[in-house]
Amino acid sequence: MTPTLMFALAILFLPLLSFAFQIFFGSKIGRAAHWFSLAALGVTLSLALSFFANIFITPGYALLDVSAVWFSSGSFTVELGIYIDNIAAVMLVVVSTISFLVHIYSTEYMRGDPRYTRYFGYLGLFTFSMNGIVLANSLLMMYVFWELVGISSYLLIGFWFEKQSAASAGMKAFLTNRVGDIGMFIGILLLFMQLGTFNIQAIAEQVEFGAFDGTGLLLTIAGIMVFMGAIGKSAQFPLHIWLPDAMEGPTPVSALIHAATMVAAGVYMTVRIFAFLTPAALEFVAVIGGITALMAAIIAITQVDIKRVLAYSTVSQLGYMVMALGVGAFQAGFFHLTTHAMFKACLFLASGSVIHSMHHALHKIDDHSTDPQDMRNMGGLRKKMPITYISMVVASLSISGIPFFTGFLSKDAILAGTLAYYHLHHGWTIFLPISGFGAAIITAFYMFRLIFMTFHGEPARKDIHEHLHETPGAMTTPLIILSVLSLAFVFTIPSTVNPFNSQGWFTSAIHTGENFAGLDMEVVGEALHHAHEPAMMISLTVAALGILAALLFYLFKVVDVEKLTRRVNKLGLYNLSFHKFYIDEIYDAVLYRPFFWYTKVVAKFDWELYDQKFIDWWGWLTLKISDWSGYSDYTWLDQKVVDGFGKATRYFGKELRLSQSGVIQNYILGGVIGILSIFILFQAF
Amino acid sequence: MSSHILSLLIFIPAAGALLMLIGHRFISGNEASEDSGKTADFHKWIAAVFTGFQLLLSVWLWLSYVPNGGIQFQEHHAWIQSFNIEYFLGVDGLSLPLIVLTALLSFIGVVSSWNIKKSVLGYFSLLLLLDTAMMGVFCSLDFFLFYVFWELMLLPMYFLIGIWGGPQRMYAAIKFFLYTLLGSVLMLLAMLALYFYTEPHSFNLIAMIQSGAAIRDTFWGMDIRMLIFVALFIGFAIKVPIVPFHTWLPLAHVEAPTAVSVILAGVLLKMGTYGLLRINYPLLPDQVYIFAWSIALLGVINIIWGALNAIAQIDLKKMVAYSSVSHMGYVLLGMAAVVSTSAAGSQAGINGAVMQMFNHGTITAMLFLLVGVIYEKVHHRYIFFPKDYKDPELAGKLAFGGLAGQLPIYSGFVALAFFAGLGLPALSGFISEAMCFIGGFSVFRTLTIIGTLGILLNAIYFLRSYMHIFLGPVSNAYKGLKDMNGRELLTIVPLAIIVIALGVYPKLMLDVISPTMNSLIKLVQSMAMMVGIN
Repeated sequence: MTPTLMFALAILFLPLLSFAFQIFFGSKIGRAAHWFSLAALGVTLSLALSFFANIFITPGYALLDVSAVWFSSGSFTVELGIYIDNIAAVMLVVVSTISFLVHIYSTEYMRGDPRYTRYFGYLGLFTFSMNGIVLANSLLMMYVFWELVGISSYLLIGFWFEKQSAASAGMKAFLTNRVGDIGMFIGILLLFMQLGTFNIQAIAEQVEFGAFDGTGLLLTIAGIMVFMGAIGKSAQFPLHIWLPDAMEGPTPVSALIHAATMVAAGVYMTVRIFAFLTPAALEFVAVIGGITALMAAIIAITQVDIKRVLAYSTVSQLGYMVMALGVGAFQAGFFHLTTHAMFKACLFLASGSVIHSMHHALHKIDDHSTDPQDMRNMGGLRKKMPITYISMVVASLSISGIPFFTGFLSKDAILAGTLAYYHLHHGWTIFLPISGFGAAIITAFYMFRLIFMTFHGEPARKDIHEHLHETPGAMTTPLIILSVLSLAFVFTIPSTVNPFNSQGWFTSAIHTGENFAGLDMEVVGEALHHAHEPAMMISLTVAALGILAALLFYLFKVVDVEKLTRRVNKLGLYNLSFHKFYIDEIYDAVLYRPFFWYTKVVAKFDWELYDQKFIDWWGWLTLKISDWSGYSDYTWLDQKVVDGFGKATRYFGKELRLSQSGVIQNYILGGVIGILSIFILFQAF
Repeated sequence: MSSHILSLLIFIPAAGALLMLIGHRFISGNEASEDSGKTADFHKWIAAVFTGFQLLLSVWLWLSYVPNGGIQFQEHHAWIQSFNIEYFLGVDGLSLPLIVLTALLSFIGVVSSWNIKKSVLGYFSLLLLLDTAMMGVFCSLDFFLFYVFWELMLLPMYFLIGIWGGPQRMYAAIKFFLYTLLGSVLMLLAMLALYFYTEPHSFNLIAMIQSGAAIRDTFWGMDIRMLIFVALFIGFAIKVPIVPFHTWLPLAHVEAPTAVSVILAGVLLKMGTYGLLRINYPLLPDQVYIFAWSIALLGVINIIWGALNAIAQIDLKKMVAYSSVSHMGYVLLGMAAVVSTSAAGSQAGINGAVMQMFNHGTITAMLFLLVGVIYEKVHHRYIFFPKDYKDPELAGKLAFGGLAGQLPIYSGFVALAFFAGLGLPALSGFISEAMCFIGGFSVFRTLTIIGTLGILLNAIYFLRSYMHIFLGPVSNAYKGLKDMNGRELLTIVPLAIIVIALGVYPKLMLDVISPTMNSLIKLVQSMAMMVGIN
């Protein structure tokens, strides 16, 4: 076993060890048990960094590619294997970094929770599963860890299961994801049947050498099917409904799973299978991403729960990444995955810091009815919580795409990608840049709406405000680290010092080979190059406009927001956004209710009609027949026929008895008549 | 190779039952007819020791079985010579997992029945008799012997449900009995037909593979091969149970005592699919080709229909019962893949089907045991109380809620069993279900795609019932419940270990069964070619 393989296995199994440790020993040790998890994750992170350090030597080539037979029946063989190239190495670092920081943060955030150690166990299980997706070299193995990620997400969303909303949210997340997973599974089956392998590299190679002949329709279908898994996991329309509900989990969990890593797994997987997505499949991917990016951004405008705003923001940004993949700018998409992981984790952890502080303040004033997450109860927090405030501003500038911050680098590239796609394809594809730039302006607006409502202005509730204070170092340190990682220079210097140039060391580090089923990368690259400058100009303008609008609405209050709301709502637009386009309600009316009604009908049919009526009818029929045969047997055959013989015998006996007179002459007479009769009879014949 | 290990396996429990009957007289004296504590303990321990010994023996059998060695541990004696009936036993990769499963679940069934109060002697002796019959079915390679054991199962099962069952036990028992008997009649006819059509007349299942290929006749214008196949198929289908012959199952499961439900779902259902693979497949391979699509269709119907019914149930045990209908559907889908032209597809399907038989046995046993645990504590197992519940204040209301906080160990094992049931990777059910789908997909694409809906539907009822019982606000009615005790853990933990072990390392199972099943595929495909698919 080579050292690299050992390292990779350690990255995979250390978090699992942490899970096992917490489940079996955690509750006995108590709070101190978190040191085990912290140590395990610390080692995982440093091992991930050791892979990361190696990607610069030969970008685009695999650092590790090993497989071993898992089980085999002869012709049917399933292998498990690890494949680490630059993309995987970056992803490992992203996952381990955020996971490690969230572990540190949670030691404070979850302090005093009755299931404190189990929480750390679940975090370990999640990190194990997530790293499994990253390391997997085959689609089936990816699917295995895909499901395990689903179950750890289920456990963590429903961690506070005494809350009904948390319990339901966990279930909703798992089931919604399963809808996508079915598609992914069918896609995997299709590819396996056609190519006889689950190995991603092998599939890509066979596709490159023309394994799918003809129009490639089957390959398109297979690609879209596998991508359905990403629609579920990365919360794309129409399966995005679970992610906002998933905010019922503890906030650090939201940061780790439902912002930075798990939801990015769909994007990561699409990057992995990118090489065999056909142009038609990519078009589908782009449209899904475009719809999601714009729709979720519109919903985020009107939400008042600080975590919900961030949740819809996450959905929207994931839409961006997916759209980037669809238009062929897949490096930009992956770049955005990385930068988004940092600034969105920062935003969530900062919001967690606010919620934590609010929660304690409410506890102090013995108020159990006020929602600690409702931004309408906040305001003016910046002086009380300066570190939280500054890190949140940094992350917000980053997500809005302002120069000097990471979001600018990656988002800009995506927007250029959509413009380039439009230049190449024309027609309806204008929807993609419109969605991209539209979402950009809205993003800047709602992020600064959040900042102003939470941190600026007058405190909404003086009584709460008094008791607010900055959170402890275990919570603020991760915020500082993540906000530093949201600064552009981290990803560009030393390759370039130009803040408007996104082509730094990182973009060359995530460079990959260019053999794709769907795209001529030269054409795409050319178009991207031309789209770059206009895209940057427009994106800077829209970001500035969005922030300006937020300033006018929420900081300087030049515009009366309530009046505007009322006016907009005459067309029902406000409600449409506030009620998330009524998608949950529609699903409830056309899917859930009819479905459960239908299962009830099925069960009624199965038991009350089919079994009790039809099956038991045979029993009834048998009883009837046996009744009848019993009747005929006794009343008719026995009583009438058999006993009839008896009665007849008795009757004749009784009658004939009279001939037994005892007079000898009569007997002789009878005898003579008898003999004579026989004699005559014989004579006659 | 001659040995008597299989006879020993079969008749150990029967010997235990006999010992109970004799010992009862000695311990209780002649006058005591009711069970005293002393005799009850005697019977329990006899049952535990004998099934425990049988379990050890079956593990030894597993360890000394040579995967590539064909049929092993054969015992071959003439029995009723004038009709060429033989006492013919043997083990291969198809029966071995089921033999171990039978021994395991019988032992666990005995342990889980420790609190039985009503006529202990009768209960445990019938349980052991049932064990003998089940073991006999899986070891027999003579159709007549197979049939004798098959029928022998019915009797103890009938009494176990009818005497120790729930409120509707008589109805359930008679329904189970009659339903199954109908299957037996068809099987008997098919068996006699096979006997008389083969030359020389024989019940030997191995010899009939060759001689059966020669059967050619019509009966009232219908192909006799098809008639035999259909008769056998219906006979086995009732046991599986295949929709629409399934309605005895939820009733029997719900009314049966826990251990009997465990054995019923864990072992008896597998006899249906085992019979198909042991008799229909090798003896009438051409008919397998004719009916493969129908088998796959029935499998998919089972998956969907069982799951839809399970979603609607408010009685936890009934839900688990319907989940069995759904899970057995995967077995059928996998079995149908024997006709696949892709070697990987047919192997995945058939091997997946056999693994699913074993995995469902362990998972469903866990589910029924866990339902039994909560039933013993609170004497009901409703998810929601029915609308016509005896207490009108509770009618239609949520029955539990928030149990996870009070019973962490119990809820942890239920979570594990439910996750296994919904096919979570790293647990055994996933591997076999995925293999069945892969097999099915290689021949019947559309059907299999419809079948994959089961992935979602199974998750719906497991997660919903888990939420209703274990999550949400704590219900005050059940404060102060005790978590699982050592005896209960003894029944669950071994199953949990198996479920995880086979999920992580399926090679353990697959290497044992695949040589046999692969040669069955070859046999079916080549024989079908020989007989000619008409």
